Amino acid sequence: MTAAPAQAPARSIVAAAIDPRYLIVFLITLVLVVGEARYNILGGYDRLATTLGVCLATEVLLSWWLRGRVANLASAYITGISLALLTKPQANILWPFALGAFLAIASKYVLTYRGRHLWNPSNFAIALLVLVAADSVAILSHQWGNDLRINLVIWTFGLAVAWRARVLHVTLTYVACFVVLAVIRNAIVGGPVLAELAPITGPMYQLFVFFMVTDPRTTVSTRRGRMLVVAIVALVETLIRLAGDFQISFLRPFYVSPPILALAIVGPIAMFLDLRRTGKTVG
Amino acid sequence: MKRLVTTLAFVAAIIAVVVLNGRAAGSVAGANEAIHLSEVAHASGIDFVHQAPTLDPKVEHIAAHIAALGACVSVADINNDNWPDLYFTSSRFGAANALYLNQQDGTFRDGSAHAGIASLNRAGEGVSMGAVWGDYDNDGFEDLLVYKWGYPQLFHNLGDGTFVDVTAQSGLRVWMNSNGAVWFDFDRDGLLDLYITGYFRSDIDFWHLRTTRIMQHSWEFANNGGKNLLFKNAGKGRFVDVTDSLGVGSTRWTLAAAAADFNDDGWPDLYLANDYGPEELFLNREGRVFELARAGLEDDSKSGMAVALGDVYNRGRHDVFVTNISVKGFLFQGNNLRLNFLKELGRFDEVATGVVADAGWAWGAQFGDLNNDGLLDLVVANGFISADSTRDYWYAMSKIAGAQGNIFEDAKNWPPIGRASLSGYERSRVLLNRGEAGFVDVAEQAGVTDRLDGRSVAMADLFNRGVLDVVIANQRGRALLYRNAAPTGHWIEFKLIGTRSNRSAIGAEVTVEFGNVRQRQVVDGGMGFCGQNDRRLHFGVGNGRLGRVTIRWPSGRVQILDGLTIDELHVITEPK
Repeated sequence: MTAAPAQAPARSIVAAAIDPRYLIVFLITLVLVVGEARYNILGGYDRLATTLGVCLATEVLLSWWLRGRVANLASAYITGISLALLTKPQANILWPFALGAFLAIASKYVLTYRGRHLWNPSNFAIALLVLVAADSVAILSHQWGNDLRINLVIWTFGLAVAWRARVLHVTLTYVACFVVLAVIRNAIVGGPVLAELAPITGPMYQLFVFFMVTDPRTTVSTRRGRMLVVAIVALVETLIRLAGDFQISFLRPFYVSPPILALAIVGPIAMFLDLRRTGKTVG
Repeated sequence: MKRLVTTLAFVAAIIAVVVLNGRAAGSVAGANEAIHLSEVAHASGIDFVHQAPTLDPKVEHIAAHIAALGACVSVADINNDNWPDLYFTSSRFGAANALYLNQQDGTFRDGSAHAGIASLNRAGEGVSMGAVWGDYDNDGFEDLLVYKWGYPQLFHNLGDGTFVDVTAQSGLRVWMNSNGAVWFDFDRDGLLDLYITGYFRSDIDFWHLRTTRIMQHSWEFANNGGKNLLFKNAGKGRFVDVTDSLGVGSTRWTLAAAAADFNDDGWPDLYLANDYGPEELFLNREGRVFELARAGLEDDSKSGMAVALGDVYNRGRHDVFVTNISVKGFLFQGNNLRLNFLKELGRFDEVATGVVADAGWAWGAQFGDLNNDGLLDLVVANGFISADSTRDYWYAMSKIAGAQGNIFEDAKNWPPIGRASLSGYERSRVLLNRGEAGFVDVAEQAGVTDRLDGRSVAMADLFNRGVLDVVIANQRGRALLYRNAAPTGHWIEFKLIGTRSNRSAIGAEVTVEFGNVRQRQVVDGGMGFCGQNDRRLHFGVGNGRLGRVTIRWPSGRVQILDGLTIDELHVITEPK
């Protein structure tokens, strides 16, 4: 390690302050603090301590062991908080948090192609848990008081951060596709149109559109490609939702959490194809 | 090599998830667990079938969801023959409630028409949602309060097998959409007071809806439910609304309440199970005011549906069991078993795991020592809507559940339920208490295999055999009577008669010492979900030697009894 020039620290601080990762860190911390203070969204600090602790420890250990240096921990921090908020298991069990956290971070080192991981870590862990551990784990379905004011705060900050992080086009494309497809679903299945639009006004979607679908490490390389991928995610989500509406029983494990599982299906395929097309290899 | 080790660890973690998930169903009983129940309702002359309400067509698309309440059972000896009788409520206009009189020979006879407490479900008056018994005028006969979606009705027991409606002069004719009530003497003046809980707002008339904005505005912190009301018994059959001055007018969606002295200060407190919100404990400050306690409840918001009190580990405390919802993949709220540490720590500790936590969509529950081994077991009724088993409303409900409150507060935004089931065909649970070894589900071995939509549970020694039998009222289904095969353990029972206290002795607390432990029970004026156990208290004492028995009467008088014989009912009158 060499000494930095005298002016470097000041520039580093400025750079760090505007690094999109830290904006995301700020946003998810805001979600956590506001939600916990107002609505006790965690369901116990032991859950947060477990997920955050295991995520950070796994990141430190695996990055040092496999790559010879300790990775920046912002990603593990975001993953840990996301998992703590999204995982809703049976009463008084902690293993889904511990194992989910380990699997999320480890997936970045195991499920790779050309040096890039294919799944958003928390998306992978949540999808795996709800698919193979449905007797023990559910996903956040409603929380945070269903409170419009809280949600407006988070949407406002979320959109601002997405804009600053240059992923607003991803978020807006997804939201637009969701709305259009909700109207189409409503035309197919009937019932109140607000019932189809309702999910996107809830907290799970905040975490989804601001922290998962926009993850720069697991999105494709071109702006147009990212918009296309997220539109396909919304389309697959709609297919899963229609499976729910038409009660296709063998797909039941999927329609407990349509957007998460749609991303878990589409995301890695898109990443694989993109990496293959561009021929990039990350060392 | 490093990558291989990492990959192996990754695969091992996935295997661990699968293995641990396989254990999620919890422990099951061995074949030798000692509870045996036989369903004998029909053979005993009980053929009651609950009928659900019909509602305004504006909410027809989710009527099956809204109208899924009202099947309730309460126990009382209405004719003082020392044999417990049963009262069931139905909830459709024209459908009759039923009073089953104990014939002292293992059978019951429907005596409700003669008694005048059958035809209560009438247009303009509302439909029955449950009932609680208490001798409000201390004349020696148990009177009846029927709470409704509509006007509650108070019936005075004339002592000759008939009742007269005294609602109009009582001051209780207030339209409510209530699903619970408890009798208790909050000011210890010897007269039973009445706490009636509100579920839907009281300005809602379900047969003439002016708006469809009638639902909860939050799934977790809703406070737009009906206001709970406390009525002080002013004597001479008059009740006065003292809700606001006493500070107990919660507008959470209260589904159940129970009263007992949780903090050992000698005054009965109120514990509320609220749907779409946290439970509430109102501590009674010497009958002058109630204070909402911060006792570890406020951070834990679920869908509380019943409050059952029991001294789970024989510590001489009222622990609390509150039912909630669990459904695979969608929602794991888990039932709460809250151990009472109010005196030491100022809070309850939630310790439910396994079969105690996860019983499905759980409704009524009651503690009772079903095998007389000295430990309180637990019966839980489950299941919400059993309709077309091939269609499930959970997915549709999950769409609306994640929305903003102002969307799902309006019933018209809810997806139609049609013929779909919603946590239907779930079985009741019989949880055997093994002390430090925890609870184990013995329902199937015990003979409890019904998959009706259970709502209310009540326990009583219906046939005076020294064993607790179990009665379950089912929504849109027949009532069940589970007769308990006589277990081998010893027992003791108490029928308490108040003198300075209310004559029903509701709120009296009895602590029985046996072996090296002591168990505490309270005479309840309503407990579980829209249920009420027999006022007689039943203690299993196993093979333990009976020690001292302490009765704390609602008046405050403490009576200590030594040398009582076991395997016997003791009728104790409060010393004057």
